[in-house]
Formats: sequence, structure tokens, C-alpha cells
Amino acid sequence: MALVELRNISKIYYVGDEEIRALDDITLDIQSGEFISIIGPSGSGKSTLMHILGCLDSPTKGTIQLDGTLLHNASPAQLAAFRNRKIGFVFQFFNLLPKLNVLQNIELPMVYSSVPARERKERALNALKMVGMDNRAKHRPLQLSGGQQQRAAIARALVNNPRIVFADEPTGNLDSRTGEAILDLFLQLSREGRTIVLVTHDPEIAAVTPRRIEIRDGKIAKTLDPKLAGLETK
Amino acid sequence: MNLWITISIGFKEIWAHKFRSLLTMLGIILGVSSLVAMSALVKGMENGMREALIAIGGLEKVRVEAQEVPAYQEHLADQAVGCTINDVYALQHSAPLVKLITPEIDLYRTTVSRQGKYFNPFVVAGTWPSAVEMNQHVVQYGRMFNDIDDSNARSVCVIGTATRDALFGAPDDIGHEIIPLGDRININGQLFTIIGMFKHYESEQARLERELEKNQPAGTSKGSARSRGHGHSSGGFVFWLKNATIYIPLNTMWIKFRTATGTNNIPDPRLSSLTFKIADINRMDTALQQAHNVLMHTHNQIEDFAFRTMENWSENITAAIKNARLSGGIIAAISLVVGGIGIMNIMFASITERIREIGLRKAIGATTFSIFIQILVESVVIAVIGGLAGLLNSYGLVKLLTALSPTNNAPQITFVAMLVAFAFSAGVGVVAGLLPALKAARLDPIEALRYE
Repeated sequence: MALVELRNISKIYYVGDEEIRALDDITLDIQSGEFISIIGPSGSGKSTLMHILGCLDSPTKGTIQLDGTLLHNASPAQLAAFRNRKIGFVFQFFNLLPKLNVLQNIELPMVYSSVPARERKERALNALKMVGMDNRAKHRPLQLSGGQQQRAAIARALVNNPRIVFADEPTGNLDSRTGEAILDLFLQLSREGRTIVLVTHDPEIAAVTPRRIEIRDGKIAKTLDPKLAGLETK
Repeated sequence: MNLWITISIGFKEIWAHKFRSLLTMLGIILGVSSLVAMSALVKGMENGMREALIAIGGLEKVRVEAQEVPAYQEHLADQAVGCTINDVYALQHSAPLVKLITPEIDLYRTTVSRQGKYFNPFVVAGTWPSAVEMNQHVVQYGRMFNDIDDSNARSVCVIGTATRDALFGAPDDIGHEIIPLGDRININGQLFTIIGMFKHYESEQARLERELEKNQPAGTSKGSARSRGHGHSSGGFVFWLKNATIYIPLNTMWIKFRTATGTNNIPDPRLSSLTFKIADINRMDTALQQAHNVLMHTHNQIEDFAFRTMENWSENITAAIKNARLSGGIIAAISLVVGGIGIMNIMFASITERIREIGLRKAIGATTFSIFIQILVESVVIAVIGGLAGLLNSYGLVKLLTALSPTNNAPQITFVAMLVAFAFSAGVGVVAGLLPALKAARLDPIEALRYE
């Protein structure tokens, strides 16, 4: 069974009488351990898709099953718990809280899952080590470079050991060299077995991932599946 | 979500905006300290009144005074006997609710003199030894005259410190205290031996002031010495009056002063007043009725007497205190509410600043409830810190108020007032935080994360 199963997902907004289909009948499976990119120009619906995948939003039509649980009519509190335990987010603008130091920022998801303080610190330090930032634990986010901030944000996304990590334009706010380093980090995490979904408008970045899904006008326009293309043998 | 972490987040948020938080707290600080200071002032007033009430003998004291014969008994006026010693015996035997009775013959416009020094007391009273208990006197030196002194009509007197001060010199002026036991004084030309002196009566406040002055080095007084007059306020007057007491035995008074002034040689048997205490303050009406019935009997059914109780006086004071408490409380509550509005305002500003933070917190798993609690706790933390600072500040405020308008009654900060004010400030924090917390909790995480 796939880690994420989307079946006939539609997201419809109404502006006045006009119907806007942000997502139109999308069916998609994501297997555990995959490294996927969702690409598309702005306004294509890729962000809406990511929000629905990330339990931040719910679809107008269709069903979504995440890690064996059907997210149908889930309460906001259940969705919050899902985001907390099963999902990690990496954002374009890092979204680290400026008043907390790096370690405290990384501890934040565990605060909301009531992990005891000592374990929180231990796990946060481990996550920092994973992204190569263990010497910056006591720094404030604004004392770090963009690349370091994004590494800290990735550590925060990983700290609760989520089933899937969503990265929304993670290199969009970085220069190309730092961006490459961040992509290398994602590749390395992918090799370690993490499921990662990369959302971007940049085909060059999407080229890093084995599987690519292109969204246009709310529909899946093109997929590059390594298995279907015969690029991968397993 | 751990409550301690939420509270510590609140503290951090406040610390990050020190100046803004301080300004916000100011409203609460002022509200709490004015609430405490107001109640301290009222408490001081209350204490002063209670002291004065105790000094004049308490609520259960009833004075029987002579009164003009009422109009419907005008034709019987020549048979009215007035209050006499018979009334005292009748009450003692027939009115069980009457506990203690003291007759009194008062002598007004007297001149008391000793070796060229003069003193005009308000009254010289001829009375029974029980006057000490009745009027809550304390004999500090010597003794009160006793029944034998009374029945032998001895020329002895017991005086208060104001009388001593006038005739022998006050301790403050001559530097040491004179205890004039055995000395003789003239009361309207009659020689009396002082056999006892009462202690010096004063309000708690006056005592503290006096002790403070005593500790000041000599020679610091400004300008020429002047008398501040007797009693600087109504409360002080009560104490001065009590200190100016001169008591002589009832029979002495009767024989020495009534025979001399009467037109025939039968001394005038009428008492100036008689005072009794009732056994149970809650049965005041019954007791008065009882006394009334007895006295009507001894007065040949002519109502030439009236009762005077302390009830009216005490009711007026209670009403005044209640009014002061109410108006002060309302003003303080208004300033607390204003402080609460300030908190609400700043919390709205604060969440608008932190929309992205709230969005992020929601994205990483914060529930609506935990965001709500976080904002609420921040609001309550501001209010509670403000409340604590207000409690500290109230001491200063009370000092300031006392310095600006000195009163005879030292304000007293009570624990209950502090508790109420503090609870009120915490409550204001909760109420002020509700709306901003609700607004923050309802934010849509996607919108909030996109917010610029």
C-alpha cells in the first residue's frame, strides 16, 4: 500500500459566482521512500496540492489516505496531530521564530507533541547533527546565513521523525551554490530512506528527483516515472 | 502542550517587547495600586473611628439625659423629679438587661488651679468608681476613689493627663513626666487631693507620631513654638476630652458643690446624667424599653428623660465608610478596566505582528486550542506581572497620599484588599486576552503562512 493515496481530488473555490478549480480530479500515489518533485508555474495548483497533501487544507471532493488513515472529515485537532507527527514542512522563507535560538526552534514540534524536555534536547541535537549544524545550536536564526537557516528548518521538519517531508521552494530564497548544497542534503536524506516531496517552479531543481509530476491548470499534465521510463530496475 | 512552556513563551514575548509591555502594564499597575491604596485609606478611617468609638465607651453605652417635659404632660411639669440616684437603684434592681450603671453630676465652667496655674476643663464630674469601667479608663498611677471615699465624701480626685499637663507641665515641655499623686488642686476654690491619674489616651497614629518626634534630635523645631490647639480633628478631640477628665466622688460633688449653690439648704438631688451599659448589643431595643418602663415608674410617669445611644453616630460613620469604599472601588475598577483595554489592544497588535509565527506553529502541529491558550497566557502574564507590580507600588502610593494629605488615621494595607486586587487584575487579563486569543486561534494556517 502506498504511503499517500490521492483519489479524484478536486479543490474548488468560488469567487462570486465564478467557479475556480484549483485542483481538478487528481489521482496520485506516493510510495514510502520516494523523492518526488511537483513542478508547475505559479497558479498551477501545485501549492494547493501540497497543502492538501500536508493536511493544511482539505479537498472539496475526493479522498486522501495518509499512512493507512483515511483523512475524511477529520477534525482540525486530528489534522494538527497528523501534521505534528507524520509530516514535516520546509518553507521558502525558512519560517524560523526569530526570538528562539536554533535549538529551541527545532524543539518546537516536539513541544506540541509533549515530548519531555530532556528528550527534546537530545533529539533536536541529533537532528542538527543530521543537517551538519550541531555547532550552531545556540545561535539566533538572524545570526545565520540563509543556507544555515534552511538547514535548521530542515532539522525542524525531521525532528519528529515524520513519514513524509514537504519542501515548498526550499531553494527559492537562496543563491545557487547554497541551493545546490540544500538539494544535496535532500538527496542524502532521500538515500537514508526519507520520503520527500519537493515543490518548485524550477525544472532544473526538479531534475534532481527521480520522479517528477507536472501540474498545469489543476491537472497532472506530465509525469516522469523512473519505473515507467525504465530508468530504474527495481 | 505543557502549561509551563506556554507561560515561559509568554514571559519571553513580554521580555522581547519590554517597553511596550511596561506601558501596557502601567494601566494594571495603577488600577491595582489605587484599589489597594483606596482600601487602605478606608481601612485607616475605619480603624480611627473604631478607636474613637472604643475611647468613648463602645456602642452598648446608653446615656440617660434630662429632657423637657413633653407638651402633652406640660401641666405636670412641676411634679417632674428629674433623674436622681433613685433611678440608678431602680434600674439596678428591675432592669436585668442593664449591666452597669454610673450616675454623674457634672460641673461646668469650673476653674481648676494650682500655684498660679489655671485650667478650665470642659467638665468636672462627680461619679461612682464604676465610671472607670464605664468610660474605659485605665488608672496608670495611684488608684480610683472607692465606695468608702464616696460615702465619706472625701475631697479626692482622679485626673487625666491633659489636666496634669495644664497644672503641672507637660512632659514634652519640661522634659520629664510629673506624677502628681498626693498634690492638691483647687476646684472652684475647694481643695482636692489627687489620688490617681489615668494613662495618656491617644490614637494609634498620634502615638506613632509622638514616638517619631521623640527620636528627632533636639533643636530641630522650625520657628517659634506654638500651640496647635486641642485636638486637630474630631477623632483627636475625642481623645483630648478623655485626657482632660477630672473625677471626684458623687457624694463629694453633691455636698460640696450642690449645697453651696442651692437656694435652700437641701442639696439639689438631680443627676446631670446617668449612663448604663446594656448586656447584649443585639437586644438594644428590648433593653431600652425595659429601662424606659423602669424610669417611667420612678419619674411619676412623666417622660422628662431621653436616651442617647451611639447608634446614630456609628451608623453615619458606617455609611460614610461604605460610600468611600464604593466610590473608591468604582474608580479603581474603571482604571483596571482601562488597563484591560490596553492589554487587549496590545494583544491584537502582537498577534497581527506574529501572524506568520502563528501559521508556522499551526503547520508544525499546534492545535487551535494551544494557540488560544498561548495568547491567553501572554495576556494573563502581562496582567499578573502588572498586578504584582501594582501591589508593590501600592505601598508607595499610600505613602504619597499620606504625604499629600496627612490624616489622623494611618492607612492600613490589608491582605484581603491585596488578594482581591490581584485576583481582579488576573481576571482582567483573562477577559482582555479572550478576543485576541480567539482571533489568533481561528487563523487559517495557509493564509497565515503567506501573510507578509
